[in-house]
Amino acid sequence: MSQTLTHEEIYESVREILCDALGVDEDEVTPEASLTKDLGAESIDFLDINFKVEKKFSTPEKPFKINQGELFPENLTSDPSLVKDGKFTDAGMELLRTKMPHVDYSAFDADRSVDNVSELFTVKSLCDFVGRKLAN
Amino acid sequence: MRWMWIDAITHHEPNARMVAVKNISMAEEHLHDHFAQDESGAACPVMPTSLVVEGTAQTAGILVGSVHGFREKVILAKISSFRLDIDPRPGQTLRYDARIERMDASGASTETVISVLDHSDAAAGGDGASDAAAQWREVGRSSLMFSHIDQNRSGLQFPKENFVFSENFRTILRSAGLEGLAS
Repeated sequence: MSQTLTHEEIYESVREILCDALGVDEDEVTPEASLTKDLGAESIDFLDINFKVEKKFSTPEKPFKINQGELFPENLTSDPSLVKDGKFTDAGMELLRTKMPHVDYSAFDADRSVDNVSELFTVKSLCDFVGRKLAN
Repeated sequence: MRWMWIDAITHHEPNARMVAVKNISMAEEHLHDHFAQDESGAACPVMPTSLVVEGTAQTAGILVGSVHGFREKVILAKISSFRLDIDPRPGQTLRYDARIERMDASGASTETVISVLDHSDAAAGGDGASDAAAQWREVGRSSLMFSHIDQNRSGLQFPKENFVFSENFRTILRSAGLEGLAS
């Protein structure tokens, strides 16, 4: 696949991947749809999506390799400096922003609940992640 | 004893491919509780499809486990797709040809081609003394995902002992000359 893809081309490919990995219909995959809350993704689905994104956007000249924790950070909730009483601390929020610049935190900042963090991963954030990586 | 749904590993390409076979026998008791109709409409015992899924999972799972010398606990986490065009019957041999499609520290995705060898084909086209007239034919596909559960994203802890690749599965590795993989 070409490295000079438009936003629309990336979105179409991501939609195809999500339909295949999650067994959802095309019209369910909207930019604002949460992968977990709206599309029903479970933890193994994130690995499936990782693999499918890597395969779709790799070229022989430029492999598209997603490192572990790059797209979906892991084990953040076990560090007491990052999470207190079930909510992300300021340090936790800062780390989330650093590790996941492809996510929109505007609504989540007021809530900060660990239980809701997986809902941050939307179709748009996945497209933004792919776009950023392709541009680098 | 763990329920094994492959009889032998017949081919292994390290980190890439594993082929296993399963002979279906009339002596398997579960067959007598699971019937389909044959071409004439008569009832005939068949191997449940769920056990074919298990056979492909065991073949692909052993392949994935072999990559790290069976130190990881490899768990079937997702059946991405599965297709089987036949009702497998006694006297047939199933072959599961599994390949790793992608793999990282968290787990692996695999693709398996399911083929069948019908030994009664020899009676129809051969001399009755050999399987020369019998042919392998593809009858299905299986796409499975496996998780290395000690590398799970939520940080859950599991027992240290590898309860997935326990002692009895080594019999199959030994009979295939692959015991050295489980070092």
